[in-house]
Amino acid sequence: MSEAINTTADATPSSRYFVRHHHPENGTLLGFWLYLMSDCLIFAALFACYAVLGRNYAGGPTGAELFDLPLVALNTTLLLLSSITYGFAMLAMQAKKKQNTLFWLVITGLLGAGFIYFELYEFLHLIHEGAGPMRSGFLTSFFALVGTHGLHVSFGIVWLVVLLFQVNKHGLTPENNRRLMCLSMFWHFLDLVWIGVFTFVYLMGVLP
Amino acid sequence: MSRGHQEHPARPMGHHDDHGHGHHDHDDHAAHGSMKDYVTGFVLAVILTVIPFWLVMNGVIKDSGTLGLVLLAFGAVQMVVHIVYFLHMNSKSEGGWNMLALIFTVVIVLIMLVGSLWVMYHMNHNMMPHLMDAMPNETMPQSMQGMPGMPAK
Repeated sequence: MSEAINTTADATPSSRYFVRHHHPENGTLLGFWLYLMSDCLIFAALFACYAVLGRNYAGGPTGAELFDLPLVALNTTLLLLSSITYGFAMLAMQAKKKQNTLFWLVITGLLGAGFIYFELYEFLHLIHEGAGPMRSGFLTSFFALVGTHGLHVSFGIVWLVVLLFQVNKHGLTPENNRRLMCLSMFWHFLDLVWIGVFTFVYLMGVLP
Repeated sequence: MSRGHQEHPARPMGHHDDHGHGHHDHDDHAAHGSMKDYVTGFVLAVILTVIPFWLVMNGVIKDSGTLGLVLLAFGAVQMVVHIVYFLHMNSKSEGGWNMLALIFTVVIVLIMLVGSLWVMYHMNHNMMPHLMDAMPNETMPQSMQGMPGMPAK
């Protein structure tokens, strides 16, 4: 009788996951991944918007005239470097080295702040030149897409600073490790979106 | 105080809802990757970033259409590199649900992007000013000119 019950229990999905050692830990990481996927849809809508409006200059300046590719290359470098420094922070976390984790998190935050600094510099420069978001459909969709990405990075930095304090105060507890892993996914995801931005908006935008 | 808390040796990962299966090390490893993963991913990402910038800034490929497709291909490959090496995505993480959600999202995103471009391209094409210019005289109201199905005169 008890054997029969065990057989039935083995057929349920959860016990199958136990056997394979792959049931989600607390479901938080899966849930956060689902959030990232829905965020991906927001960016997809903005990308579609730019794809449709990106050449509607309304007699105003074009991408080839406005975009400063060396600046974009610098920003791309900063974000890419911040991705691998966050990776180092995760490795330090895995090795349970609190000071190393904090060190790499600080470096990541500084690189992210540098990215935001140059992006704001670019935006202010564009607006100063009269190429603000109200100038043409192209610039509206440009500011909407790149600005949304920049806002995400800004909030990522806020989250990172909060975690710096939490890890410093409470150490690498399971809760903090989980939060660090979520931010890791968020940060790498933003780098992923930036690939789309520099490829589709900047590099393809300057093509004749 | 916080130090002693942190280094408690008997404290397992995810103790608050641990089922006692001792599998968390495995999950952690799958979730974080290794130094080799990060460095490989970083090197690949740098290569895949530098080439598109070099192509555009030096005007290596003259034809815009070809260059655009090459750029998109590099971007797509680099996204996959990031997903594999930085986000550590594989068919086994979170019991396969991560991958399933990703595939679903990619399908939706492609439908959204390709669909928008397709629809808007045809609308632009059908509303093109040159169709109106081609008409010899203005016998139709302005708003109906250039619409498909309208007689040429």
